[in-house]
Amino acid sequence: MNYVKEIEHADIVHRCFRCGYCKFPSDYVDFNCPAYQSFQWDTFAPGGRMWLTRAWLLGEIKSSARFAQIMFSCATCDNCKEQCVFPRFKDYLPDIFQEVRAQLVEEGVVPPLVRDYFKALSLSGNPYRRPQEERGDWAKGSIKIETFNGQEYLFYIGCVGSFDEVGQRLARSVARVLTGAGVSIGILGPEETCDGNDVKAMGEMGLFQALVEENVRKFEKRGVKKIITLDPHAYNAFKKDYPRQKGFFEVYHYVEILARLLKENKLKLGEWPKKITYHDPCYLGRHNGIYEAPRFILKNIGKSEIVEMRRSGVNAFCCGGGGGNFFTDILGSHEYSPARVRIREARATGAQVVATACPLCTKMLLEAARAEGYEDMEILGLTEIIERATFSREKQ
Amino acid sequence: MGEIKERLISIVGADAVSAEPEELWFYARDPGVLEAHFPDFVVAPRTTEEVQKIVQLANEYKIPLVPMGNGMALTGLVIPLRGGIVLDMKRMNRILEVNEKGRYVVVEGGTSQGVLKAYLDDHYPHLRHSLPDAPPTTTIAANVALHGQGRLTQQYGFNSDMVTGLEVVLPTGEICLIGSPSLGPYWFSKGPALPDLSGLFLGWLGTTGIITKVGLRLYPNKRIRDVEIFVTDRPELIPDILFDLTHLEMLEDITVWFQPKPLMFLGNYHITVFFTGDTEEEVTWKKRMIWDTLETYMKTKDGGFMNVDPMKSQLIQMPQRGVAEFADVPRGGGFEYSGPIVPIEHYPKYAAKVLELAEKYDVLYASAARLISGGHAMMFSISFAFNRNDAGMMKRVKEALEEATNFALEMGGIPWKPNFVEQKMILKQMHPETKKLLMAVKKLLDPNGIMNPGNWEEN
Repeated sequence: MNYVKEIEHADIVHRCFRCGYCKFPSDYVDFNCPAYQSFQWDTFAPGGRMWLTRAWLLGEIKSSARFAQIMFSCATCDNCKEQCVFPRFKDYLPDIFQEVRAQLVEEGVVPPLVRDYFKALSLSGNPYRRPQEERGDWAKGSIKIETFNGQEYLFYIGCVGSFDEVGQRLARSVARVLTGAGVSIGILGPEETCDGNDVKAMGEMGLFQALVEENVRKFEKRGVKKIITLDPHAYNAFKKDYPRQKGFFEVYHYVEILARLLKENKLKLGEWPKKITYHDPCYLGRHNGIYEAPRFILKNIGKSEIVEMRRSGVNAFCCGGGGGNFFTDILGSHEYSPARVRIREARATGAQVVATACPLCTKMLLEAARAEGYEDMEILGLTEIIERATFSREKQ
Repeated sequence: MGEIKERLISIVGADAVSAEPEELWFYARDPGVLEAHFPDFVVAPRTTEEVQKIVQLANEYKIPLVPMGNGMALTGLVIPLRGGIVLDMKRMNRILEVNEKGRYVVVEGGTSQGVLKAYLDDHYPHLRHSLPDAPPTTTIAANVALHGQGRLTQQYGFNSDMVTGLEVVLPTGEICLIGSPSLGPYWFSKGPALPDLSGLFLGWLGTTGIITKVGLRLYPNKRIRDVEIFVTDRPELIPDILFDLTHLEMLEDITVWFQPKPLMFLGNYHITVFFTGDTEEEVTWKKRMIWDTLETYMKTKDGGFMNVDPMKSQLIQMPQRGVAEFADVPRGGGFEYSGPIVPIEHYPKYAAKVLELAEKYDVLYASAARLISGGHAMMFSISFAFNRNDAGMMKRVKEALEEATNFALEMGGIPWKPNFVEQKMILKQMHPETKKLLMAVKKLLDPNGIMNPGNWEEN
């Protein structure tokens, strides 16, 4: 086949049958592709993207604003990879979409907000355009946490935890719970650098490479051996991409540490009589197979009732914040946007609280709950629930 | 064109109209072997009233309209042969009513098979519909519009036979209720005891109107499903075996399949028999009846039951994901099939034809036939997989399928969901007065010829 463009996996793109299994969860209850759910054109579903990729490789469609919108609307949730019916081929679906985005970045044909994201990151080191010296400000005040100087773990926060007010709230909560449980952690504060997970997802490979090198250099210089991340996106990059760049560290998401402490009876949780549902973040769940640890933590909250959403675990519906969409908002906040669909699903369980383990998901669902008018519903990080349970016990 | 676009936007909103090259490229084709034709617009309505206004607009401008579900018929039925507007109906996907005691459901036409299945599993686990083995994205309206089949076709007929009422936007823009909903709030009959007007829309491949709502029969969903596979290397015995099995009058579904890959299947014909029950005792009894019925063939060493345990979970899966997997056997992302409806006694001849065509055109085959209505006929699929990056192979598959359709017509079969070329072949063979009636009905309903033009046309 005479392709006029190249991507690494061009030789298998034609194998997509566009049968549409990739749009669904395993029991077909609703569409599970966030981009398709939001736009509802077949072109935005994985099969549509794959067929358009072939057309683009053949030169039958151009690198256009619409093509870029379609490609960058992918939330990298990995549902298609789970559900595609073709063995082995399916493992490369997200890679193919990422390779197309990388090529579009090379060509400079990206949605304006993607361009702005890269620009902000290049200039300020974060997508919020905030000065680097403010990166550790989240830890100022009542939090007692030291700069990393040989503690057992580096507590890595990431851009959202460092600068977003919801992310900061979660970072402080996780830090309090970890230190309260006696976990030895230190932070990099103003020296922390973006992990680059979403930079890679959006295809800016040069910038990603630079971020990886900078982080590896800093971690090694400080003697970091073990890392606890706040953000599943950072966890994913450190775990899967950094070793390819000789960044070998023991990487944990905080839910893994807390679940371990609970199992070892080194952490006791109090009671909080609430009905709670847990939203699986894609980069913790489908990308890294961590489903049980957060649920184990919640089950240890006394008097709580844990209910599952209709789509959970490997079938969980993405909040729409992955793949850079948290920053670029290509998927929007309209009635059919993934976060609003997801929060309605959470509401249908009758839960008073939605628990999450990702600062991006927390923010996405919080805003969706506001848009839906669910003012009585709380969207909380797991450690915030732990703190409420502990506080409630102490009060008694 | 700019004016039409503006008017379409005024009907459905800007997020439901596209004339972008990306959508036009995608909606110009289906996954089969037919050539693409570009639409001028793709429009995705959410309500019947929006569909009505689009139809009125199309009449005003004499612009073609092609209703589309998920486009998985594979025979180009949603390819806009003369351009115009492709209507992506999948946003009309609400499940409107389940009448539990009357065992029917009313859905919007764009509701997917998968979503309906999941909805029934969640809310009415004792009820089911006749789920096709097509991908779960395929829609209810598209399935009945082409006389689709499903897991209950052996027992109850084509899925279109299970329709209990329709809402249709006629090609001239009127919204028309068909069957019992035309008289009152209940959707229990598509026709009887009235003249059955559903026949004006079912099987017409979108050329006589746009189906916006469908009433569909539901059936008992037994607690246990089980399966047996009887294997023989003598295709000439298959009609007798099927006759014996259908005499039992208690089997859920019967399919007959043969394929060369993996090698363990080569040269054998496999009769998959699905049966259900509410208790282990009932299932065990049915299993014994099946074995007893086919004992004669085992005694003569003409066949035997294979051990299904290793693949049971795949076999009883609904829909069977393995059906789509056939497209990946030549690592090329495609397959297409001719699926004529044929008398059961012709099975051996069709089976031989598959092998002949595969050899002649050097293509990879698979065949899976499904019994219809207790054995009054069967759908015999002649499937060929292809590599989408191999134009020569796609051409060979296309030619092989055309020859298969010719063969089916010579044998007195009815091509199922025929593409526009096969439709012409059918019309050529059809009794002249029948053809005249068919064309007159079409002209009466669609005087401007805007509905899926190129289909059910002689020239």
